[in-house]
Amino acid sequence: MIDRRQFLLGGAALALSGCKVFDGAGASDSALRKLFASHEGLTQSAQRALIGDRLAPEFSETDIRQGMRPNGSTDPASRDYRGLAANGFHDYRLTVTGLVDRPQSLSLTDLTALPPRTQITRHDCVEGWSCIAKWQGAPLGTVLTLAGPKPTARYVVFHCFDAIERSLSGEVFYYESIDLIDAFHPQTILAYAMNGAALPVANGAPLRLRVERQLGYKMAKYVHTIALTDSLASLGYGKGSYWADRGYEWYAGI
Amino acid sequence: MPQGPLVYSQKLLTRITHWVWAVSLFFLMLSGLQIFNAHPSLHIGQEVGFAYDNAILQIGAQQKGEALRGVTRVLGVEFDTTGVLGVSNGEARAIPAALTIPSYQSLATGRVIHFFFAWALVGALTLWLVVSGLNGHMRQLIPTLADLKALPQDIADHARLLFHHTGEYGVLQKLAYASVLFVALPLMILTGLSMSPGFNAAAPWLLDLFQGRQTARTIHFLTMLALIGFFAVHMAMILLAGPFNALRSITTGWYRTDEAPHD
Repeated sequence: MIDRRQFLLGGAALALSGCKVFDGAGASDSALRKLFASHEGLTQSAQRALIGDRLAPEFSETDIRQGMRPNGSTDPASRDYRGLAANGFHDYRLTVTGLVDRPQSLSLTDLTALPPRTQITRHDCVEGWSCIAKWQGAPLGTVLTLAGPKPTARYVVFHCFDAIERSLSGEVFYYESIDLIDAFHPQTILAYAMNGAALPVANGAPLRLRVERQLGYKMAKYVHTIALTDSLASLGYGKGSYWADRGYEWYAGI
Repeated sequence: MPQGPLVYSQKLLTRITHWVWAVSLFFLMLSGLQIFNAHPSLHIGQEVGFAYDNAILQIGAQQKGEALRGVTRVLGVEFDTTGVLGVSNGEARAIPAALTIPSYQSLATGRVIHFFFAWALVGALTLWLVVSGLNGHMRQLIPTLADLKALPQDIADHARLLFHHTGEYGVLQKLAYASVLFVALPLMILTGLSMSPGFNAAAPWLLDLFQGRQTARTIHFLTMLALIGFFAVHMAMILLAGPFNALRSITTGWYRTDEAPHD
């Protein structure tokens, strides 16, 4: 057994020498990291059990005191996207594919023709900041129902126009996924308008996801394809989202 | 000092939970400061004012001529904190590497560690509150009327570094431990949960209670500072009153009392 004084001195030395001792927890394959990350399943089940299908808090017009803070990609450079943007997204199509009975190709006109939902909500970035804005869009559940998910479908994957990273193997385009519980939640919408105007490019034009009970990185911007799938294993490194593949939680409720 | 008998003063559960809290708070503080570094400012309200100012604390780096200076702004007053806050080891970062886990910037790793130990803290506190509430141990931490009458004397004794080793808590001890267990730790947990967009849907009343997510984040940070203050006083009192006896008591349960006064 460690002598108590040694224990205290060790603790003090640890604090003074900086915390490089625990830097191993940063490596995604380390045993320490796996131990620490073991809470994620518990955290997700606990939150799901507590929130059920309750709504995220909504705010009033007077709570909108500033423009929406853009973050991550703010101006996609791909030629496809540039072409669509130059034409005011007139030729934009949202593709709904994968495990569905009726694959869809929807224009902005098709999407705005669906009964819209408008909500004033607080956007929480994983970094710690928040910003309140008004979002209007087509409920994702409505769009999915048009396509008719097959019984085997479990996840909804979002593919985006923005290259979040340029690596040796080429550009990595942003990808995200949610499960069907969040996909059919009434506040989960494909937003085409923000603060009473068309969605600006910096905030994800022409179409972005809103998943109000999770953190900002779940709310994919510049969405062009929605794919229903039964597994996330073949997407990216298999964790289901660009940021989950880089150590963040796939279920970002906290 | 004449020695009295050893008394069994700390129950097993209190000893175990004490060390779970100690280890958890160590990791929670250092991983919390890692998380703080991703947005090193504190605000009042629901959101962060980007187009207006609702910050009460901002830590940043500014290029001044050749030099990179660390600047900390508290309630509108700026301080040069180069070397500690804002800029340390020539690098622009709010909290220095020595006070974050990991030492390098990694928000994802900081979060994973923070939530792991948050569960440990919540589990240990819940268990302790339930069990010590049932077996009556909790009442030992709540000051009685007689305690409050003895408060001036206890303060005077502490000021003269005169400590009584009776195996019972003094009134200042009771107040310190009760404010940590019944106020600071529950406040930490509730303000932490108030920052969760998921938990906000489950308990929107928490946002009303704390007047917004960013205010909750600010209270979370300030309570962390209060807990560091408690830790400093706790360590000082243990060193002054007899570290071996205190450590034996919180580890094995046995505490050496002073010899009973002869009548």
